[in-house]
Amino acid sequence: MKGISKEFSGNRVLNDINFRLYPGEVLGLVGENGAGKSTLMKILFGMDEIRETGGYGGEVLIDGKKVDFHSSEDAIKAGIGMVHQEFSLIPDFSVAENILLNREPQRYSVMSEVFGKRLNTIDSKEMQRRALKAIERLGVALDPDKQISTLPVGYKQFTEIARELSKEDDAEEAARHSKDKDAVADASSIRLLVLDEPTAVLSEKEAEALLDAMKKLSAAGIAIIFISHRLQEIIEVCDSIMVLRDGEIIKQVDKEEADVAKIANWMVGRAVKSERVKRDTSHVSDEIVLDVKNLRVDMSGEKVHDVSFSVRRGEIFGLGGLAGQGKIGVPNGIMGLALARGDVFFEGSKIEMNKPSSPLGAGIAFVSEDRRGVGLLLDETLEWNVAFSAMQVNGKFLKKFGPIHMRDNEAMRKVTEEYVDLLQVRCTSTKQKARQLSGGNQQKICLAKAFALEPKLLFISEPTRGIDVGAKSLVLQALKRYNEEYGTTIVMISSELEELRSICDRIAIVHDGGIAGTLDATAPSEDFGVLMLGQVKEA
Amino acid sequence: MRGESSMNVKKSPKELLINNLVPILFILICAFGIPLSGYSGSYLLNEILSRLGRNSFLVLSLLIPVMAGMGMNFGMTLGAMAGQIALILVTDWNVVGIPAMVLAALISMPVSVFLGWLCGNILNRAKGREMVTGYIISFFMNGVYQLVVLYMMGSIIPISSSALVLPRGYGIRNTVNLEGMRKSLDNLIPLNIFGASVPVATFILVAIFCLIIIWFRRTKLGQDMRAVGQDMEVARQAGIKVERTRVLSIIISTVFAGFGMIIYLQNIGTLNTYNSHSQIGMFSIAALLVGGASVDKANIRNVFIGIILFHLMFTIAPTVGRNLIGEAQLGEYFRVFVSYGVITLALVLYEVRKRREQRKALEEA
Amino acid sequence: MDTAVIKEKASQALKSFGLPRLIITLFLLLLFIIAPLANVNIASGVSDMLTRFGMNSILVLAMVPMVHSGCGLNFGIPLGIISGLLGATMTIEFGFTGFPSFLMAILFATPFAIILGAGYGLLLNKVKGGEMMIATYVGFSSVAFMCIMWLLLPYDNPTMVWGYAGTGLRTTISVEGAYLGVLDDFLRIEIGHLAIPTGTILFFALLALLMWLFLRTKTGTAMTAVGSNPVFATASGVSVDRMRTLSVIISTWLGAVGIIVYEQSFGFIQLYMGPFNMAMPAVSAILLGGASVNKASIANVVIGTLLFQGILTMTPSVMNGLIQMDISEVIRIIVSNGMILYALTRKQEASR
Repeated sequence: MKGISKEFSGNRVLNDINFRLYPGEVLGLVGENGAGKSTLMKILFGMDEIRETGGYGGEVLIDGKKVDFHSSEDAIKAGIGMVHQEFSLIPDFSVAENILLNREPQRYSVMSEVFGKRLNTIDSKEMQRRALKAIERLGVALDPDKQISTLPVGYKQFTEIARELSKEDDAEEAARHSKDKDAVADASSIRLLVLDEPTAVLSEKEAEALLDAMKKLSAAGIAIIFISHRLQEIIEVCDSIMVLRDGEIIKQVDKEEADVAKIANWMVGRAVKSERVKRDTSHVSDEIVLDVKNLRVDMSGEKVHDVSFSVRRGEIFGLGGLAGQGKIGVPNGIMGLALARGDVFFEGSKIEMNKPSSPLGAGIAFVSEDRRGVGLLLDETLEWNVAFSAMQVNGKFLKKFGPIHMRDNEAMRKVTEEYVDLLQVRCTSTKQKARQLSGGNQQKICLAKAFALEPKLLFISEPTRGIDVGAKSLVLQALKRYNEEYGTTIVMISSELEELRSICDRIAIVHDGGIAGTLDATAPSEDFGVLMLGQVKEA
Repeated sequence: MRGESSMNVKKSPKELLINNLVPILFILICAFGIPLSGYSGSYLLNEILSRLGRNSFLVLSLLIPVMAGMGMNFGMTLGAMAGQIALILVTDWNVVGIPAMVLAALISMPVSVFLGWLCGNILNRAKGREMVTGYIISFFMNGVYQLVVLYMMGSIIPISSSALVLPRGYGIRNTVNLEGMRKSLDNLIPLNIFGASVPVATFILVAIFCLIIIWFRRTKLGQDMRAVGQDMEVARQAGIKVERTRVLSIIISTVFAGFGMIIYLQNIGTLNTYNSHSQIGMFSIAALLVGGASVDKANIRNVFIGIILFHLMFTIAPTVGRNLIGEAQLGEYFRVFVSYGVITLALVLYEVRKRREQRKALEEA
Repeated sequence: MDTAVIKEKASQALKSFGLPRLIITLFLLLLFIIAPLANVNIASGVSDMLTRFGMNSILVLAMVPMVHSGCGLNFGIPLGIISGLLGATMTIEFGFTGFPSFLMAILFATPFAIILGAGYGLLLNKVKGGEMMIATYVGFSSVAFMCIMWLLLPYDNPTMVWGYAGTGLRTTISVEGAYLGVLDDFLRIEIGHLAIPTGTILFFALLALLMWLFLRTKTGTAMTAVGSNPVFATASGVSVDRMRTLSVIISTWLGAVGIIVYEQSFGFIQLYMGPFNMAMPAVSAILLGGASVNKASIANVVIGTLLFQGILTMTPSVMNGLIQMDISEVIRIIVSNGMILYALTRKQEASR
């Protein structure tokens, strides 16, 4: 790949990426979330998404020839296979059926003459044979008759990889039945396999088996791009390692030159970009305001196993870590939006778990990372969005007629206008529907909603995700100001370490469902990097 | 195939009970009711055989959309309408016996294909609520059916027989006598056992249909349908044409429902022009659910167990009502209540189970 | 002015109005225009329309709370109607007459509506996402169940039970002598052929006003938010299940009141399979008024009921006068179910 660059609506996410890959080479690709790994792979794989957002710059060469994939099918034909993070398997089908999904070997039947090829029967013996062949190449013990839903997660992963491997058989098949011209045409054998965080969900044993399989494939001349956050694995299996950060290649080295600490440093260490803002910390006291003990949260993709931390009154506390490690689960669990267990004390009194009204009533507010799903009433006016929570929780914006509490539209409008001015929300009127605002302005409305609750403690999750630079700094400024003016304690959860470091006082890093460590925001970034990758230095 | 998959997952007795609650309830109702009804064994056998013959085809036609994940095909009524239109035309042309049935089947086919295509496309626009949409489609098309049969036949569509046309000159009478083909299929191969006549030829057709379904499951299209039924997104990623596959499943179901209606009516012998089709969907679906099927899983065994249990209840209910409380009407209402209740219960159980499984999946993830 | 802008605005207005609604409005207008040609008196046409509006509007209003709380269209309205029928038969059984009998009917119906509504609401909470299909069948099974009960319940007022058997309620029971016309005849206005059932319309207006006010209370606001985004509501400390159950209870109660008002105008209580097909017209009327599966307002109720009942009353008389062919029944079926189909397949709804 040469000089690859990619812009998303003016936002440059990849800049002049160059690298080459030899047959049988295993390349480890590492980088923080949002560093551009996935985008790069999508370009390589010719995904529709890339073309729909304006294509890419630079060129992709295979065997020295320039290729331009119009769809992922083209990429498959050129011998590139990709295994995604999410499984695309049919749960009630057998392993073999999944490996050959929509590429089932068929037997000719008379009915198909009349009604078309889809009435060919499926040749289950042949299917078995080809599935077994792919599984053997992978070198794992996988029973092709087993139903997918009964398999442990690692074997699902193997099934996916076996599917990519089995695709080269289609070529032979096509050659054999060359009369059948619609069959998968001129496919060459598989040359390059992209594995996107395949080990993230695996147990150690399963991961080991996978790494063995990768070595075997590489020995057979298949090049592999391996994306992972588990640096130990990368070092173990890869021939060379490439570190991406902010859309650029920071480092490309042979594995001999790399160790975990170095890679971590390359990943997170930025050339001094964001100055840490000056903070007035006079209002921060030593009193513990929030005390979380042994929190366990069942939230899909963000499981929390055992998290304990405490927050001082008035401080801005950061929760960082890589995606999927559980940091998002923490506020959702405390606020009763995800099934949780554990002890949470706020101002000394216990917060009931799994009951949103309990933390809300105690004066804790939450700005969710899922703006559109949780944060907003997309089809209602801004007034509703800003005032609703405060109305339900604190009984504000109501006119009381005896026992009947009527909505006070006038008060709702006023408070909304206030926040629209304060946070510079761009909207035509406070009666506009939340859906019509841009992401950044929606985020400001979410903030306004939380501010309207006048909380004592504010959880804010991924406050700057998916919004532009201008809005970003505005949101962060607003948080800081709110904290300094009202003394509100803020717990901010973010995947962007630099963002946390720019306004937080202390930062805890969440890894694998637990707290890997808590550091002062001024600690060197390498230390954070090491924590994020779970390389806890045993104390 | 389905049987295996459910066997290798061990289930607690309680779960087994809940999963089979509907058939168990029905077995209890029938066990309780048969002695009370005072019917003889041979009478019941005769009734059940005849009902098995006339309903099996209709109920079997529901299986394919279930495979494609579209739930109970309430739109099967459309096929029934196509079948009835064909029967009216054939009767008007004075064709009788087996040729009449074959001709009617041939005529119903293009109508069914068109209606099924229409229905399938509408359902594709209402993913996730196929059943309620299909249900409304059947009502909507009932309006169109009336427009055609009550106003266009005899005026725009030529109908010559005065026995068919209303005295006012257009529109078909409330009942159409199918004398010419009554039981012509059932009695094609006469056979009597224990004093009950067996509709051998009908059973042969049903058996053929069963074989077709078994074979169909093993075709590429059948495989695609199962894939689409389980996970549309995964199937789409694998390159299966999801929408087209879904439409095809509805078309196939509609066509067979049309054939089923013709078989059903040849057994009955008269066509209730404006009523025959309207209840058939409900009864077929209730029967399938009674057989232990659910919205996402149904097999041939469910069809036959369901028809036997459901129609046993149907046959004995009025007499049991009369013998028990002295009111035959009560039994009539009871069986209506049970038909609706069974569908309600099955739908609720399905939704509750679906949500429990989602929850479990979340916890495991 | 820029014509492109006007065009844009016009097409947007059309979009928000909805093509089917436009067609039906135009059709109704057309019917009124050609009515004189068919020797149909417009004034009596309007009177019919208003009478039927009065009869049906509360049943349509009953759709509003459940749509607001996100339970979808209440195909289970027969459950409310059954509560109303229980109230109606009880008031006659106990021999109430005149206006008190009307009030007592509502009073008797209320506990049934609350209990049945609560049970129904709890059931719907267990099947979120599949409400509409299950609601339909809950309605059907309860109607069938009540068929048995009408035969068995110990009513013995001779005006209601079968003469020859002395037990079991009749299929239709006259409300004459009880509450026939108590609302219709209150402040009734009659000018020539034009008759306006003022009382019924006022009664509807009262309930509609109460509903309007309710939707503006703290609880009503929470209910709307639950329908708009249940997760948002949860995150604001609102109990989604409680709001939904409450909405179902209100809807069921309105269904009960609705059928009693219907009877006072219609003159008869229809038992047994009577309530069976009452859901569809109410559902399609509110959709015709511009509501969708998750948004409905009082205006939708008024406009929808007027349009729907207008079509029902005008089509048969005009068609008969013109072509001596009564296809109103067919038109009713196609319009009402077509409207529901349209609502079910609209793009923005499909995402829900």
